[in-house]
Amino acid sequence: MTQGLVVKDLSISHGAVSAIHNLSFEIAPGELVALIGSNGAGKTTLLRALSGLIAPQSGTATWHGTSIVKSKPEDLVRAGIVHVSEGKSVIPELTVRENLAIGGLWRRDKEDVLRATNESLKLFPVLNERLSQRADSLSGGERQMLAIARALISRPELLLLDEPSLGLAPLIVEQIFESLNTLRTNVGMTILLVEQNAMGALKIADRGLILNLGTLVGSGAATDLLHDPQLRSAYLGF
Amino acid sequence: MIFNTLLIGASSGAIYSLMALALVLVWRSTRVVNFAQAGQAALSTYIGYEIMGRTHNYWLSVPVAMCFGALLAAGVDVLFMRVLARRAQQGPIAEIAPVITTLGLLGLIHSLIGLIWGNAFVQYTSPLSGKGFTIGAQVIPFSPQNLLIVLAAIGVMATFAAIFTFTDLGLSLRAASFQPEIARLAGIRVDRVRTIGWAFAGATGAVAGVVITPTAYLSPNSLDLLLVSGFVAAVIGGLESLIGAVVGGLVLGIGFAFILQYIGSSVTFLAGFIILMVVQLVRPHGFFGHKTSRHA
Repeated sequence: MTQGLVVKDLSISHGAVSAIHNLSFEIAPGELVALIGSNGAGKTTLLRALSGLIAPQSGTATWHGTSIVKSKPEDLVRAGIVHVSEGKSVIPELTVRENLAIGGLWRRDKEDVLRATNESLKLFPVLNERLSQRADSLSGGERQMLAIARALISRPELLLLDEPSLGLAPLIVEQIFESLNTLRTNVGMTILLVEQNAMGALKIADRGLILNLGTLVGSGAATDLLHDPQLRSAYLGF
Repeated sequence: MIFNTLLIGASSGAIYSLMALALVLVWRSTRVVNFAQAGQAALSTYIGYEIMGRTHNYWLSVPVAMCFGALLAAGVDVLFMRVLARRAQQGPIAEIAPVITTLGLLGLIHSLIGLIWGNAFVQYTSPLSGKGFTIGAQVIPFSPQNLLIVLAAIGVMATFAAIFTFTDLGLSLRAASFQPEIARLAGIRVDRVRTIGWAFAGATGAVAGVVITPTAYLSPNSLDLLLVSGFVAAVIGGLESLIGAVVGGLVLGIGFAFILQYIGSSVTFLAGFIILMVVQLVRPHGFFGHKTSRHA
């Protein structure tokens, strides 16, 4: 059996402050899992640990059975784990074309980089008209699309997304979530979607995990979570 | 007369531009003002001098000095800066530790050169004449060696412009300097790319040393004043911008030449610091820098 992401007893702290304690969960290959929680729940910290930007204090995390803690982000990208960090993770000073290109610089198979670039542009056609513009001239939604498109050029098997809906208009959010749905369904990509927008995320997710103050307070099929009145009022806020 | 002053200014400005470029390349990649650059350039120039002494071939000594300068700078990054980045990550020490280290290295390199070659002035000659070209009946204050200085500077700048604009390595260098975290998440090996940035800077400093030295003398600290001018030039350009460094160097070189010509040699150095202060007070981000400060 192929294992997906297995997180076991993970604890992460910022100096003296503990951000995540003894967190355990699994994501099967091909699953789209929404990780829901309010500000300060530890969602961003968790993603930063899974992509190698910070080291956890204790616990393990494995992808396909191989440990991913204490690895460098650039090595994890090569292992198929790509993190789109919080706040439109693009390089403002570079053009859209250059922002896309950096996702494929490390890859040897340049033909596939070209193929992946074309697929990304098909998924987010608005970027086509902006290729020569600097990324800081894009709207918030376009920047988020560019960030995801760049990640796709690295051909991720596990995509870690940190609040892609943050600060975007509902229509744009819907479009971005729809594209994630497409990636899961058509490509079979495994996606961990961190969101404050619980309703939108759970609508497209297979499963949901609810994080509060660094611990898991609920988990289950996305449809069940959406209809659990207790969870809804306590943690989901709708 | 003005034409002559411009020529003198262009030649010294070209050298300031090279030193400024070396400083900017390191600043962009590591957010460190590399005071050791003057020492690294001097040591590389001594290597060139040594090759020249053994082979009597200036044109061989130049590329050897450049390669040495690149390796030396890469070594400084790997042995010192990477270690500091790991061990002095947070708090006030993270800001000041690299400064202390580069100043310490400058002293270390000066002493090392003194131990090997002595502290006396030595001469490192080039086959090109230091006498000015003759135009009509007039000898202008611009020699074949000055021409080499200007051409070397143009060559280095054109090479960098091409690398940064057209190559994958150039894109990696830019991405890593603008947003190191996003670059890493895109798979760029930022540490390695930074070391390459240092190597480019080291080679650039070495070029400055080996082309300017035949017009003067070489001693362990003969390039230190050049570092000051290069630093002023880099600040004029905003510390971030490669084009800014080049323009800053030329402006400073030509400015100094006019001051020397029309006011006197006693105030040129003073003028450098006045320019530095005025730029800091009027446009702290320089004339080519960005208003929003970026952090590594």
